[in-house]
Parts: sequence; C-alpha cells; structure tokens
Amino acid sequence: MLKMRVIPCLDVTDGRVVKGVNFVDLIDAGDPVEQAKLYDIEGADELCFLDITASSDQRDTLYDVVARTAEQCFMPLTVGGGVRSIDDIRKLLLAGADKTSINTAAVARPELVAEAAEKFGRQCIVVAIDAKEAAPGQWQVFTHGGRRGTGIDAVAWAKRMAQSGAGEILLTSMDRDGTRQGFDLALTRAVADAVPIPVIASGGVGNLQHMVEGIRDGHATAVLAASIFHFGTYRIADAKAALRQAGIAVR
Amino acid sequence: MSVAIVDYGSGNLRSAAKAIERAARDCGLESAIMVTSDPEVARRAERIVLPGVGAFADCKRGLAALPGMIEALEEAVIRQGKPFLGICVGMQLMATTGREFETVAGLDWIPGEVVALTPSDPTLKIPHMGWNALEIRAWHPLLDGIAPGAHAYFVHSFEFACAEPSHLLASADYGGPITAAIGRDNLFGTQFHPEKSQDTGLRLIANFLNWRP
Repeated sequence: MLKMRVIPCLDVTDGRVVKGVNFVDLIDAGDPVEQAKLYDIEGADELCFLDITASSDQRDTLYDVVARTAEQCFMPLTVGGGVRSIDDIRKLLLAGADKTSINTAAVARPELVAEAAEKFGRQCIVVAIDAKEAAPGQWQVFTHGGRRGTGIDAVAWAKRMAQSGAGEILLTSMDRDGTRQGFDLALTRAVADAVPIPVIASGGVGNLQHMVEGIRDGHATAVLAASIFHFGTYRIADAKAALRQAGIAVR
Repeated sequence: MSVAIVDYGSGNLRSAAKAIERAARDCGLESAIMVTSDPEVARRAERIVLPGVGAFADCKRGLAALPGMIEALEEAVIRQGKPFLGICVGMQLMATTGREFETVAGLDWIPGEVVALTPSDPTLKIPHMGWNALEIRAWHPLLDGIAPGAHAYFVHSFEFACAEPSHLLASADYGGPITAAIGRDNLFGTQFHPEKSQDTGLRLIANFLNWRP
C-alpha cells in the first residue's frame, strides 16, 4: 500500500536556512545540508527546499546546497523558489534535485509546465499554488510569494496544470500560512478531489492533528510543514505516530 | 570495478551516481563510476546502469540518438552477459514494447509491455508517487537482505507487464499488484528508485555491485 508522506520544508536564503532548527545535536544549525541529513535519519519521506531569495546572483549558492544535499541524502528532494525557465530546472536537476516546483512562472507563462513535463517527465514538475479565499468556497491564485492576486480560480488552475503535465500540486493556503490554525481543509479537498494527480497540503500546520486532518479530511496524499519541525516542537517520528494512530498508512 | 551509468539526457544522474558511489564505499569496493554517453565507455565497463525518467518514447529516442549506444549495450549486456541494472524507465526500456502515448519498440530484452497503471480504486492518484511496501515474489541476489514489506520510493504512471511470470521478482500494491522489480539472468530492473530509497535502495545497489550472475 502506498504510504502518505510527511515532508519537512526548509526555507533557504543565500545558502543558509532562515528559520533555524533548534536541534541541539546539530553542529551548524543554519546549514541546510546538516538539517537535511537529520530529517533523512529521522525518516522524512521527502525534503523540500524553498529558495526564498531567488535572486539570480545567489543561485549558485543554491545549486551548491542542492548538490551537497544530494551527496548525503538518498531521499527525494524538491527545490522551488525562483524557477523561471527550462534552464533553471535543468540546472537544479543536474545539481541533484529530483523535482522542481514552479509557481509564479507557471502563471506568467503556463506553457512552461507542458514544456518542462515533456522535457524532464511530469514526475519532476511540481506546480505550487498559493491560494487565498475570495468568497466562501472560492479561492484565488496568488503569485510573487503571495503578494500579487491573479484573479485565477485555484481549483480551475489546478485542473489546468494537471492537464498541462504537472506531476503533483503543492497547495498552500495563504490565509492559513503561519497561523498554526491548521490547513484550509475545504480548499485542500476542493483541489484534491478535482485533480487526478497527488496534492501536497501546506500552510497552517500547528499540531499533529492538523496533519491527520489534511490527509483524512483534505484528501491530500502528503503534508508539508515548516515551523513545527523547525522549532523542534515535533519530530518526524511524532508526526508519523499521530498519522498511524489515526489509521493512516505511513512508512 | 567500473560501473557505467548511461547518460542519454534523461533524469537525475547525479543522484544515481552518488548512491552507487556511497554503496561501493560502504562495502569497501574500489570503483570507478562513470556517467557516460560514450558507447565505448559503456562497452568496456564491468557493470552497466540505465536510469531513466519521463516518457518511454522520449527515453527510447534519447537512447537511440546516441550513435552506437544501443549496439554497445547489446554487446556488453546480452552477448557478454555483464550485470545490468535498469531503473524506472531504464527498466521499462528492457520491454518488447512501450505503450505510453504512442507504441514504441523497446530493447526487447525481457518480454513484456509497458502499460498504463489502472488501479481498481479510481480515487487513487496517478502518478503512483511515494513510498510503497515491496512484496518479494521470487528470491534474487539483488533482493538479499531486503525484507518483505520494506519500503521503496516510486514515481511512475506506467508499469512493466511481464509476459513471462517468472521474470516478476517483486511487486507492490496500488489498487492491485504492480510490478516493482523484474529480472532474468544478468538483467535486473526496478520500477522504484533505489537511489532515492534510503537504506533499502543502498542495499539493493550494494547487492548489484557484488552480483556475479
């Protein structure tokens, strides 16, 4: 049976993790590679790096981080943030990423997703959608790190991206992100039920029950969290145990 | 020992190379891991790994676009019997035929077709993406030390349907049994990604490096 996935996400800028992990046993808590190794040992199912600076002059630092991580972690690695072109994707894959996540660039030029899927296979093209509730039961896609509204309906956009060749949707609720109030379950379910591809729920996890809800009620097949892991509130094993207790199959 | 990883423009070769280097180091093997698109290098290598991600037809075209590569692989793998490991689409390419988007001839090393996954439960997502438990169908040296139920990382929408049941070595359950590993003689293939499957994957790669078919 396929297991539901728990994915820690690291925000990286200039080669360093921004929200530091307070794990005492790390030699260098700001080094993404050290943190990746720890998550690997702890049994994370995948790892996600989000480059939150994404300015072109710092890209080389990111490639170096990805390369060093791939040398030490034999688990799937998704890298996102500032991915704008086929060339960006190629460089990340060559550095050692397994998947790349595309957000703003997909809205700016939707054909990029089809071109990338054709070139590299859809399994490595994740479309990240940042969505905000516009009216009850309706969500709008935002870009540029959630700063710019697009007027595009999030469910319709997810369907279009799945048809274009996205292998997976990384769905973040802007309303919930950082609130620790739990996922926007209505949004998650609306998108997950509308597309044939896997959906990763993101934004708002504050406790382990939220992860259970994301899968059980939101119909996501993976849950992504940043802060609850970063600040050491919970470890990966805690998340797995909570899911298992709720009857959800985990590794 | 020399291992050639065939580079035909598909997939994340770095992770495959790194995982093989690591497995070789862990079992104390002196090895030269070569990521190559040169048929001569592939022909001379003692072991050959064919990775691959994306669509079957694209991968086949990519491989065929390297002048002399398919002939070199036939020589080394089929005629000389060197150990061969195909990963994901690299495994699927051993089939007689691929039926992803268009019907394309494979290498025809292991009889069978590559067909779309059709889980009995229509709510199951395609691609089949994530960690799934292996069911061992037949003992094989490459599966040594891998317990039934061990998890491996899959990401695919198509699977290898073996024409000969004895070639199916491991399966996984995704709305019915799906092919996880196949093999015959000196040929072995995994649908999952050993290079992304942590300890289980490293074990399989180490078994491959030590394999004397």
